[in-house]
Amino acid sequence: MPEIALEMKNITKRFPLVVANDKVNFSVYRGEIHALVGENGAGKTTLMSILYGLYQADSGEIRINGKKIKITNPNVAIKLKIGMVHQHFMLVPPLTVTENVILGMEPKKNNFFIDIENATKKVKEISKGIGFKIDPNAKIENISVGIQQRVEIIKVLYRGAEILVMDEPTAVLTPQEVEELFGILNSLKKQGKTIIFITHKLNEVQSISDRITVMRRGKVVGVKKTKETNKEEIASMMVGRKVIFKVKKKEHDLGRNVLKVSKLNALNNKKLPALKNVSFEIKEGEILGIAGVEGNGQTELVEVITGLRKAKNGKISIYDKEITSDSPREVKEEKIAHIPEDRRQRGIIPAFTVSENLILGSHYKKPFNNGLSLNLNLIGNHADELIKQFDIRPSNKDNLLKSLSGGNQQKVIVARELYGNPILLIAAQPTRGLDVGSIEFVHQQIVNERDKGKGVLLVSADLEEILSLSDRIAVIYEGKIVAFLDPKKTDEKELGLLMTGSIQKKE
Amino acid sequence: MKSKNRINFYSLLEKITPLIAVIFALLVGAGVILIIGEDPIFVYKVLFSNALSNRDGWGNVLFRATPLIFTGLAVAFAFRCGLFNIGGEGQMYIGTFLATWVGFTFTNLHAFILIPLCILAAAAGGALWAAVPGILKAKTGVHEVIVTIMMNWIASSLTFFLVLKFKAPPTEAMVAAGVKQMIPHTRQIAEAARLPRIYHILKSLNIDFPSYNQVNISFFIAIAAAILVYYILWKTNLGYEIRAVGHSPLAAEYGGISVARNIILAMVISGALAGLVATNEVMGFKYRWRQELFTGYGFNGIAVALLGKNHPLGVVLAAILFGVLNYGGAIVNIFTGGRIPRELIMVLQAVIVIFVVISDEVVKRIIRKRRKIS
Repeated sequence: MPEIALEMKNITKRFPLVVANDKVNFSVYRGEIHALVGENGAGKTTLMSILYGLYQADSGEIRINGKKIKITNPNVAIKLKIGMVHQHFMLVPPLTVTENVILGMEPKKNNFFIDIENATKKVKEISKGIGFKIDPNAKIENISVGIQQRVEIIKVLYRGAEILVMDEPTAVLTPQEVEELFGILNSLKKQGKTIIFITHKLNEVQSISDRITVMRRGKVVGVKKTKETNKEEIASMMVGRKVIFKVKKKEHDLGRNVLKVSKLNALNNKKLPALKNVSFEIKEGEILGIAGVEGNGQTELVEVITGLRKAKNGKISIYDKEITSDSPREVKEEKIAHIPEDRRQRGIIPAFTVSENLILGSHYKKPFNNGLSLNLNLIGNHADELIKQFDIRPSNKDNLLKSLSGGNQQKVIVARELYGNPILLIAAQPTRGLDVGSIEFVHQQIVNERDKGKGVLLVSADLEEILSLSDRIAVIYEGKIVAFLDPKKTDEKELGLLMTGSIQKKE
Repeated sequence: MKSKNRINFYSLLEKITPLIAVIFALLVGAGVILIIGEDPIFVYKVLFSNALSNRDGWGNVLFRATPLIFTGLAVAFAFRCGLFNIGGEGQMYIGTFLATWVGFTFTNLHAFILIPLCILAAAAGGALWAAVPGILKAKTGVHEVIVTIMMNWIASSLTFFLVLKFKAPPTEAMVAAGVKQMIPHTRQIAEAARLPRIYHILKSLNIDFPSYNQVNISFFIAIAAAILVYYILWKTNLGYEIRAVGHSPLAAEYGGISVARNIILAMVISGALAGLVATNEVMGFKYRWRQELFTGYGFNGIAVALLGKNHPLGVVLAAILFGVLNYGGAIVNIFTGGRIPRELIMVLQAVIVIFVVISDEVVKRIIRKRRKIS
């Protein structure tokens, strides 16, 4: 019988409108990698926040190594050797790796000076101990996201953590980086560290964890040994019903070119080239997936096509009509739907109601605007219809959008953009941060558009999504399209290598 | 059911924060009065009963509230587009001077033409003055707070220059009395450019009202402006776009809304509202521009908008409250033989503003804390 490192018993945490944790029992063995899975809002983060002292439980107890303890704030958690690697890194970009690691508990020399030499040595030792190299004097702003995550891990180990909580650590990583991270986690495990791994990516759960605790709606619905279960079982436990993983796509013939992009060049916000001679076309009934590590020009590409960014040169046309450097409104007039990458900043107006959000972009046109004033009755009916059709919850059109969950916010965007029969759908990171149920829904909508003979440009950092939805894949690296691939003849590994410029492919 | 009640409770709490702030401010004011050595209950009784217990008092209150409704609406409107228009003061100066100039220049026009023309001039002057920071913000990103503050100084100096240029000659009585110095002022505007006082209307309805009371038609123009602002913001395409830009410029841009165009439009409309102060102060009251007569309305408008939560109805109520304090304060000063200084009222107004900001933030934090869901 393995030794129990951490035990949380009957933890209940209520918020005014919801019971975030309802008599949750959660226990982790020493030296295991334990996956904590569940949809958004299932209570995973609340549970871990209680463990880390960010919240206090209303009732229940926490035991570490069998001893009952009270964790009143993160400092107590750190003393108890609990470490947390947050999803959003808490690093200071202009400081070096070492400076970031010691931040908050700087070793002193002569009671006054920071002992940076000693700290540097220790950082080197820690990184060597878990099998990777890092330059302790590199500045955070100059290193990749993957390396930054390692700095976070070192930071936690520097503070002596024995139990590591990792909050969706793979969300920002490339497939190669994920593999490297798993290597690190395994060597930590060999050192006897205990790891709690929060995620909702089931493939990862399968390949890294020893045991799985599944949460749904604030309750633990099951604890499984990874070896004795499978992806389908875990998914249905998470959602509470059967989940279809493979999106069904009918084979069909492609039509004419809907979108044609040729020799497109554009600058990013720093006035550096972001797109270099990008050319491609999308046909009626085709989903073109753009695969790439974020920051390689995808954002700029979508912005240029939709008129949000000016092209330097090159040509964009919809059928035979050129739309290069048209205003966003003019582009919208060409019936181009756009699910934007930055949902909260671009896609919605959080302080507007659902019905106001559902007319954004067509608010100035008939029938919503009848010249002098807005047709509020009609706008309300329009909202009621779309709420019903897309099952937006809660179903009140007067709710402010910020009160909706991420999945329902995305439904509002999808409903708005697909209304009025677009001819081209541009979907950028359409399922980022969504739960399994919502992802399924969004995927279905995208495939529906394709089946109706519309063109779809899909930009996603999620390779599984790219592979399962696309009819054709374009890989983008440093602003260039480096390869066009057939999704049936490639895999995540090849894509990962192309995306990072590790291999080149000839057309 | 219970959770629904709770939501309603919070949204109600959010709406009545200004009221809480006013109550707290009055308590603090009572403390100040105690320190001076007077009886707060007596002072407040004199203040509110004189302002609110008779028609004359109400007339005085509404007369003082009118300019604040205009400047408060100006600040609130710009704020809905995410702009902080500190320049109400300057926009009011320019609008007022332009209206006065029209009023004493085109003296042979009929009232049906001259009154609208003066009103138009007032709005146009304010709009023009606000357009500059609007355009600079939209085209170059220069912050409107800096530009509007600077424009205030320019307006103040410019109108001083203009009033000297159009200075009215001293009257025979003044010459006879040997007065050489006087506060610079312009000639009076034409009779046809003047707005009737409420007294005239009430008289024709046989309602008893003192003839010296200065409240005039401008109050109704202010109410109409508040209704118009409400209509524009929540019922029209323009208002939708302005609010969208105010809440979330990136989403507005994505929705095909021109951010630059709406920033300029919001500033222009805001400036026009500030300029309309002329209808009360010149067309309804002094009938001329007098140097330093109008000082402060633009700035007090910021407090009014804040207290009114940038909503037209709130602005009207807040302006009326300030009118009560201003008028009641003056009466208290007279009643106590000057023992209670008028400045007490300024202290009260300032404390209200501070408490609005504090209680707003406190309520927000309470709600955020309660709503924090995993």
